[in-house]
Amino acid sequence: MIAIVDYGVGNLHSISGAVKTLTDDVVITSEKNALMNTDGIILPGVGAFPDASEKLFKSGLGDVIIARAKAGAPLLGVCLGMQLLFEKSYEYGEHKGLSLLKGEIAPMANDLTQKVKVPHMGWNALSIQKECALTKYIQNGDYVYYVHSFYAKGLDCLNAGSEYANLFVPGIVSSGNVFGCQFHPEKSGSVGLNILKAFLEVTENA
Amino acid sequence: MLAKRIIPCLDVHAGRVVKGVNFEGLRDIDDPVRLAEYYNEAGADELVFYDITASAEQRGLFTDVMKRVAEKVFIPLTVGGGISSLDDFDRVLKNGADKVSVNSSAIKNPLLIREAARRYGDQCVVLSMDVKRVNGVFTVFGRGGRDQTDINAVEWAQRGQELGAGEIVLNSMDADGVRGGFDIEMLNAVCEKVTIPVVASGGAGNISHFYDLFKNAPGADAGLAASIFHSKEVSIHELKEYLNASGIPVRRIQK
Repeated sequence: MIAIVDYGVGNLHSISGAVKTLTDDVVITSEKNALMNTDGIILPGVGAFPDASEKLFKSGLGDVIIARAKAGAPLLGVCLGMQLLFEKSYEYGEHKGLSLLKGEIAPMANDLTQKVKVPHMGWNALSIQKECALTKYIQNGDYVYYVHSFYAKGLDCLNAGSEYANLFVPGIVSSGNVFGCQFHPEKSGSVGLNILKAFLEVTENA
Repeated sequence: MLAKRIIPCLDVHAGRVVKGVNFEGLRDIDDPVRLAEYYNEAGADELVFYDITASAEQRGLFTDVMKRVAEKVFIPLTVGGGISSLDDFDRVLKNGADKVSVNSSAIKNPLLIREAARRYGDQCVVLSMDVKRVNGVFTVFGRGGRDQTDINAVEWAQRGQELGAGEIVLNSMDADGVRGGFDIEMLNAVCEKVTIPVVASGGAGNISHFYDLFKNAPGADAGLAASIFHSKEVSIHELKEYLNASGIPVRRIQK
């Protein structure tokens, strides 16, 4: 069974709808116990890092996710959920993340040297840097849908990303059983569904 | 680099798509769910649904349509029409919308933009505006283009951005229905003054109008149209292949 973590941020219908096209065995849950017995965990998220991080840690869900990921359970963070996998973020001050991936989350605006729009919103092409389980069914140049103003920096777990002005935005990251997508696979058409399909395969083989 | 977006717009009345839908070989094409699936497969980058119903009962039909579309189509979905309160935002967002567009209600109450942006995020709030030249001034019209206001469109776009709108849909009433191409002059006037994405609407009549749009109004992020897609005069797949061959970055679909 796949658990989609409901910790009170964002709309979970799209992500659960997309996963449901691939398997019936999916549940949206805010229960720590429910997360203990799943084959895989999806951590979604829309909104700001500080609020999300606080909700994750205060509810105790954050610690359960860390424990399960360290025990080898496949975990996929999406958008803000991906950002939360890193050590810390500089969105409205400095806030700690789940520290499952090495790196930090910083505002794109500070590093952009060209005048482009922020948020980075729309369809951008993926450039695959290093194959991983999630890239199994996608090709270099496939488009995915991004909506974000912050991005991952100083990381050692990059698999694919997209060019935006002078920046290379990490799109897919992974380290062992921990995966993240900065874009929204549940809004990226067939390419996104193929990424989710690849993640489900990881959960089946874990 | 971000792809330029192609967006079909569906007017929904009593649970059905209205306005010049004429597809050969596809039955029941006024079913919004079927049409949404069709456009998704053809390579539409986003879908906009306008709820043009009036009664509460029909509003229920519309949210049911959105729910069913969101279960089948996994690209961004924008909803407009009949959005005048945070409760309306809540209703459509809970039923599958990713973005919500406001028009007349924002003219009446600009703070709706700010309140919605604070609650749901800037990326969620789209300011849609109907604009026409009045004595040479780009002027905003309310109530679906029926009511002239004294609001300057460029200033309104800037105000909308300040209040927290994450995107602007600029519908030129001068170009709309004429099919002579998008209103490049109006688009450039607005794009120069805002930093949020601008969606061009009104005037698309053929495939080359989209090329002219992205070439001559480089600040425009997307082209929106309804009837030329519904009537199948322009196929989204062919349009994208054409734009790609002309050097405009677009998301191409593997067929």
